[in-house]
Amino acid sequence: MNLPRKKFPFWQQHWLGLLLLATALLAVPFVAALGGQAWVRIANFAILYVFLALGLNIVVGYAGLLDLGYVAFYAVGAYAYALLASPHFGIHLPFWVILPFGAALACLFGVLLGAPTLKLRGDYLAIVTLGFGEIIRIFMNNLNAPINVTNGAQGITLIDPIRIGDFSFSQTSTILGVTLSGPQKYYFLLVALAILVIVVNMRLQDSRIGRAWQAIREDEVAAKACGINTRNIKLLAFAMGASFGGIAGGVFAAMQGFVSPESFSLMESITILAMVVLGGMGHIPGVILGAVLLTALPEALRYGIEPIQQAAFGRMIIDPESLRMLVFGLALVLVMRFRPAGLWPSSLRRRELAEATD
Amino acid sequence: MDTLLQQLINGLTLGAVYALVALGYTMVYGIIGLINFAHGEVVMIGTMVAFTVIVSLAGSGMPPLLILGIGLLVAVLACMILGWALERVAYRPLRHAPRLTPLITAIGMSIVLQNVAMIIWGRNYITFPPMINKEIFEVGGASFTNVQVAIVCLAALVMLGLTYLVQRTRIGMAMRATAQNPHVALLMGVDINRVIAMAFIIGSALGALAGCMVGSYYEIAHYQMGFMLGLKAFTAAVLGGIGNMAGAMAGGLLLGIIEALGAGYIGDLTGDFLGSHYQDIFAFVVLIIVLMFRPSGLFGERTGDRA
Repeated sequence: MNLPRKKFPFWQQHWLGLLLLATALLAVPFVAALGGQAWVRIANFAILYVFLALGLNIVVGYAGLLDLGYVAFYAVGAYAYALLASPHFGIHLPFWVILPFGAALACLFGVLLGAPTLKLRGDYLAIVTLGFGEIIRIFMNNLNAPINVTNGAQGITLIDPIRIGDFSFSQTSTILGVTLSGPQKYYFLLVALAILVIVVNMRLQDSRIGRAWQAIREDEVAAKACGINTRNIKLLAFAMGASFGGIAGGVFAAMQGFVSPESFSLMESITILAMVVLGGMGHIPGVILGAVLLTALPEALRYGIEPIQQAAFGRMIIDPESLRMLVFGLALVLVMRFRPAGLWPSSLRRRELAEATD
Repeated sequence: MDTLLQQLINGLTLGAVYALVALGYTMVYGIIGLINFAHGEVVMIGTMVAFTVIVSLAGSGMPPLLILGIGLLVAVLACMILGWALERVAYRPLRHAPRLTPLITAIGMSIVLQNVAMIIWGRNYITFPPMINKEIFEVGGASFTNVQVAIVCLAALVMLGLTYLVQRTRIGMAMRATAQNPHVALLMGVDINRVIAMAFIIGSALGALAGCMVGSYYEIAHYQMGFMLGLKAFTAAVLGGIGNMAGAMAGGLLLGIIEALGAGYIGDLTGDFLGSHYQDIFAFVVLIIVLMFRPSGLFGERTGDRA
């Protein structure tokens, strides 16, 4: 049987792996830049989605609350940043004021959504969160009259980039002899944020709160009987997940310089959920893998499908955009068919599943 | 007053359609506990198939009603096969998988079906050929067409038939038994696989019918039409208490009427602050309020917590 291993801190057990990973992470923006800045942007989005997926992982993976409206919090964070740092209202607050504000606002929305849905279970919760996401999106789409708050479907443009003193994240500059483009700088910012959310996820997993979430996920009634305050703990899951969504939204707005309701559709929520489930719910490396794969796959298909069709038939037979989505959908179906617990499930979950099929 | 009557009539028409689609969601959910996200897409495929058949037969000189009937029949058959295939290929292998796995499969299938439809029928709006000469009736200041009458009557007939099927026939009894407890039903000699397949087939047939109704009511179809329709119908199913068939019917009608009334009165209620483009919000706001006070829907039974 398993003998208890002597516990070393995580970084001591895996220092070589971590070193290699750090080198790889450092190299990514420079390697990607060889193919053009577009690839750096794709890498940035991959990390942004890692951030979002790990935020949703707290709600869905740990606490087992199926949230189909996660994008609402992302939207709240993005619009908070956009409205407070753009010519739209003529307000230009610095990012270190807005990002925490956006996170707090998203957190408030998380509690607002969480409070009335505490009694709901499973799929009822799913549809309510979905409805909530749609309500937020419809308001963003239509709050341009009679008072123009969100500028409707056109969205808000010319959003300030993240800026520290004279150091702007949107321009190319040279630091210590290394020339960094705007997207490359955002890359490092995003990596730092992603590491933050990974550490939070890891520390939460085995904390008192994390264990309470898992207890609620497995059996809410039993958890309550064990003296867990299910109401507060569930609200905390919503609030934490939402805050991360809010921060991601703020960074997204700054990075793009443009937000519109189109970016916050239900499909976006579903994609983030797919990342969590496809990778391996509740398992941090799995969720990261899921997020990177599902961001990279559509992009790879975008660049891959056209030449392949050209080579095979000599012309474009099928609209590449719909073929791309078709392959994406099929990939979801196939992965779930052959890896029902996700691509990289946690060992605990794998064990549970093996027992269940006996 | 005439606005009220008018919106009630429109709401009833829309509600009948929602109810039919909601039945498809609720039957599947009641038996295997899966939100079949691809159901909206099945409805859309039904509309598209009916459209293709009707357009290709339009020049053949057959009486229009016959053409409409053939189109409807082909669409229903096509969707039955589609529903059966979906269950067989995508969902059956996942019957013992973790709860969220089939949900992601359903979402994947929905994306696949939507894009297949786009490849076949294109990304533009399709005008549904009017097969029935539209007649307009006026009652008390409100007007409605014979298409609306046909939709409501047909929906009512189908729902009656379905109730008979579930309450009075052998397969209906098997379905109810499986919904109650699949393991015990299996021990009593019920062929679970057949029952589940039947739920998908019947649900898809109802969906195809609803799709044709929407097509002939709005006279347009689009490859993305299934999405919002499915969402609303699912909301209706949850509103009534998901898994409960009477609840789905009532929820559908209620949702249709609430939406129509909401769209008609929101301007007056908020002093023109919010316009009728907020129509889609009503479904969700009502849903959230209802679930706050009745967490398992209007007609849902208060079940014990199941793991």
